[in-house]
Amino acid sequence: MNKIIEKTYFSDKVVQLVVENPMIAKSRKPGNFVILRIGEDGERFPLTISDADPVRGTITLVVQIMGVSSSKLVALEVGDSITDLVGPLGKPTHIENIGTVLAAGGGVGVAPLLPIVEAFKKAGNRVVTVIAARNKDLIILEDEIRKWSDEVIVMTDDGSHGRQGLVTVGMEEIIQREKVDECIVIGPAIMMKFASLLTKKYSIPTQASLNSIMVDGTGMCGACRVTVGGKTRFTCVDGPEFDAHQVDFDEMLMRLGGYKAEELRATEIYSQKL
Amino acid sequence: MSLNPEYLKEERNQMWRAELRSKTKNKERMLIQRVKMPELAPAVRVKHQDREVNMGLELNQALTEAARCMDCVNPTCIEGCPVSINIPKFIKYIEQGEILLAAATLKETNALPAVCGRVCPQEKQCESRCFYVEKTDKPAVAIGHLERFAADFERNSGSSNIPDTAKPNGIKVAAVGSGPASLSFAGDMVKYGYDVTVFEALHEIGGVLKYGIPEFRLPNSVVDFELENLRKMGVKFETNYIVGRTSSFDDLREEGYQGFFIASGAGLPRFMEIPGENYNGILSSNEYLTRVNLMGAAMDDKDTPVLKGKNVAVIGGGNTAMDSVRTALRLGAQRAMIIYRRSEAEMPARVEEVKHAKEEGVEFMTLCNPLEYFADEKGRVSGMRLNRMGLGEPDSSGRRRPMPIEGSEFELDVDLVVVAVGVSPNPLVPSCLPDLKVTKWGTIVVDEEKMQSSISEMFAGGDIVRGGATVILAMGDGRRAAENMDHYLKNKSNQ
Ligand SMILES: Cc1cc2nc3c(=O)[nH]c(=O)nc-3n(C[C@H](O)[C@H](O)[C@H](O)COP(=O)(O)OP(=O)(O)OC[C@H]3O[C@@H](n4cnc5c(N)ncnc54)[C@H](O)[C@@H]3O)c2cc1C
Ligand SMILES: Cc1cc2nc3c(=O)[nH]c(=O)nc-3n(C[C@H](O)[C@H](O)[C@H](O)COP(=O)(O)OP(=O)(O)OC[C@H]3O[C@@H](n4cnc5c(N)ncnc54)[C@H](O)[C@@H]3O)c2cc1C
Ligand code: SF4
Ligand code: FES
Repeated sequence: MNKIIEKTYFSDKVVQLVVENPMIAKSRKPGNFVILRIGEDGERFPLTISDADPVRGTITLVVQIMGVSSSKLVALEVGDSITDLVGPLGKPTHIENIGTVLAAGGGVGVAPLLPIVEAFKKAGNRVVTVIAARNKDLIILEDEIRKWSDEVIVMTDDGSHGRQGLVTVGMEEIIQREKVDECIVIGPAIMMKFASLLTKKYSIPTQASLNSIMVDGTGMCGACRVTVGGKTRFTCVDGPEFDAHQVDFDEMLMRLGGYKAEELRATEIYSQKL
Repeated sequence: MSLNPEYLKEERNQMWRAELRSKTKNKERMLIQRVKMPELAPAVRVKHQDREVNMGLELNQALTEAARCMDCVNPTCIEGCPVSINIPKFIKYIEQGEILLAAATLKETNALPAVCGRVCPQEKQCESRCFYVEKTDKPAVAIGHLERFAADFERNSGSSNIPDTAKPNGIKVAAVGSGPASLSFAGDMVKYGYDVTVFEALHEIGGVLKYGIPEFRLPNSVVDFELENLRKMGVKFETNYIVGRTSSFDDLREEGYQGFFIASGAGLPRFMEIPGENYNGILSSNEYLTRVNLMGAAMDDKDTPVLKGKNVAVIGGGNTAMDSVRTALRLGAQRAMIIYRRSEAEMPARVEEVKHAKEEGVEFMTLCNPLEYFADEKGRVSGMRLNRMGLGEPDSSGRRRPMPIEGSEFELDVDLVVVAVGVSPNPLVPSCLPDLKVTKWGTIVVDEEKMQSSISEMFAGGDIVRGGATVILAMGDGRRAAENMDHYLKNKSNQ
């Protein structure tokens, strides 16, 4: 169980893993995530299920190296097993045929976006996708996204691939060009904040998939709480997707920094050990 | 659950018991002082998250304490025990020096005596009904300490026997959750011959016993020993498995499971919904205790971090609050405070925990209620505003209702706040079973005798039924559910 059977580097920081877990492969839906723990000293951390193959009994994860836990995961090789893997967690994305969907993914957020794009397309929508990253090397899954999108715009901060500019530039272009019925954004919190401000301006219903800090992922601890529409909600059980226009992104950004000092220290210790 | 009085009498009349009674006069027994539990000194213990405060009775202390028990004709203490342990019998075995037999007596009705001896609120249960309390002004026999003594003695003797199990009947049953309710259910069902699997969402078995109650009160090794015994008896454990998510109840039915015991606990932490509560450094007791107990966050070699505070406020007055505030002290807090809106008399925590907390230097700010939190420029909590409370008329719980005193507001510097104001039932299982009857609070409705839910092959117990109770009540539910599920499944297969 939980054996890694494929490992692909999208860049030195972004890795795709195909992991054996037949039960999760069968029960997961687009938008679900898993919680992992690497080794007996490891912490629990969430990753979105970016794809699954119920026949082969595998799930696909795409992870960006951030600190200790993501590094420990990427250090595993094909044939190794993940100590603990639990899921599927979170509410699945609400998918229906609504017309035109604008999907926007930033950085590693493109991975969780992929199954949602696929599902919206399969439900009969017109899907236009904007994928964005700092530079060419950080653009991931472009071909897979193209397969399920009617149109794709690639944006990079430095213009090394696609067009130069932030994700919101590409989004606004589409919005001004055609009628968009729903928007879905996944990426760094700051990107989701600005994407959400943009679609609010145009009154387009928007879902954002939040990446709060989590511990158990089962609704037991409240570490993942966010304020949505003035109410406290738990990202792991009430989300991870919420009405972006109701999310208090500033509070979320503040909470994401809650363990910064501890994370930096842990990363230093870990890299000294290597 | 009550013991048959005839049976109790019969046992009491056994020769060895009668002889033991006549050996020492009741008057002499009554002159013995209640034993004092040897404890790690407060100054030492506040430095160690992982050293148990109560060190356990020595053999001679246990023998002497056991001699205090009068072996009453009418042992009212048993009525105070939710699982009706035959208390005088086990205590008299201790007095006799037959400690292993005392342990066996406990196990007749209690699957985890080493746990209960440590965490039961004895002063509200068995000990509150002891002869000494009811008829004299002397303190009760230290039933809890003796229970722990016998169970620890057996564990350390290496001669703990694995209970006999009936011939396997091949019928698969599932327990959802691995807290005390499920563990006692699983122990009984495997004895009856069932093929039992316990499913747990987390990566560790034990529920609150592992993630909630700290090492200084209940060492993990004690729980692990009991889990090992269950394994030896044939109980299977599946961690990282969320029933209803990882696979559905229908999937499990297809795999041949015929009975389900739902003991998914009261996992959802409550917050007070006051301004500033989402600042960094304000966390639920579940998060705080899970980081420290389940994830080992206080240890250097573990990846999980935990925020440390100099001035720590813990909101609440239950066991969870006491565990959190004492943990904060052990993680280096200079000032650790309990903030509770009623008075100390109303605190639901075990008396011993309150005593220990005070010895360790915890400040008790009772009749105080938080109103708002403040933070520094980075969003880390830096202070709070509270008001003082007075006690009004009794409310529905029978406790006097706390009322804010006008103009009593004041502020406090804090850099860590742990909110321990209660939990709600875990909504996951009910949310995937539309036919399952639940109350408006989200607890599962069961027949109180049988523990059977509105779905006939599903039984439930523990905190998911009671909302929030105790280890011993959860275990009692597990036993009753096992007995009745056994009848139910046997009847079904006879039809
Ligand atoms: C529902 C959900 C789904 C997610 N899906 C994916 C995914 O598919 N692929 C992926 O690469 N990551 C995903 N994340 C983010 C991932 O969980 C974190 O990047 C990871 O926990 C970082 O752990 P670390 O120990 O490597 O880094 P840490 O040392 O913990 O952190 C290093 C840096 O990352 C930041 N950080 C910490 N936690 C998070 C977080 N939850 N989100 C964003 N930044 C964070 C910190 O502020 C810090 O700057 C998801 C998060 C959530 C909540
Ligand atoms: C900090 C703290 C201190 C306490 N101190 C005391 C004390 O001193 N004395 C006392 O008597 N009581 C105490 N209690 C209360 C006592 O621990 C509980 O009443 C008791 O543990 C309830 O047992 P349970 O079996 O119902 O569930 P729990 O112990 O809550 O276990 C439920 C388990 O089910 C799992 N689960 C939930 N849903 C699923 C699912 N769908 N699939 C698989 N697994 C699932 C959860 O992860 C959890 O591990 C304390 C509680 C806390 C939190
Ligand atoms: S289980 Fe609890 S109530 Fe029963 S005898 Fe032991 S300590 Fe007392
Ligand atoms: S991660 Fe613990 S409640 Fe969401």
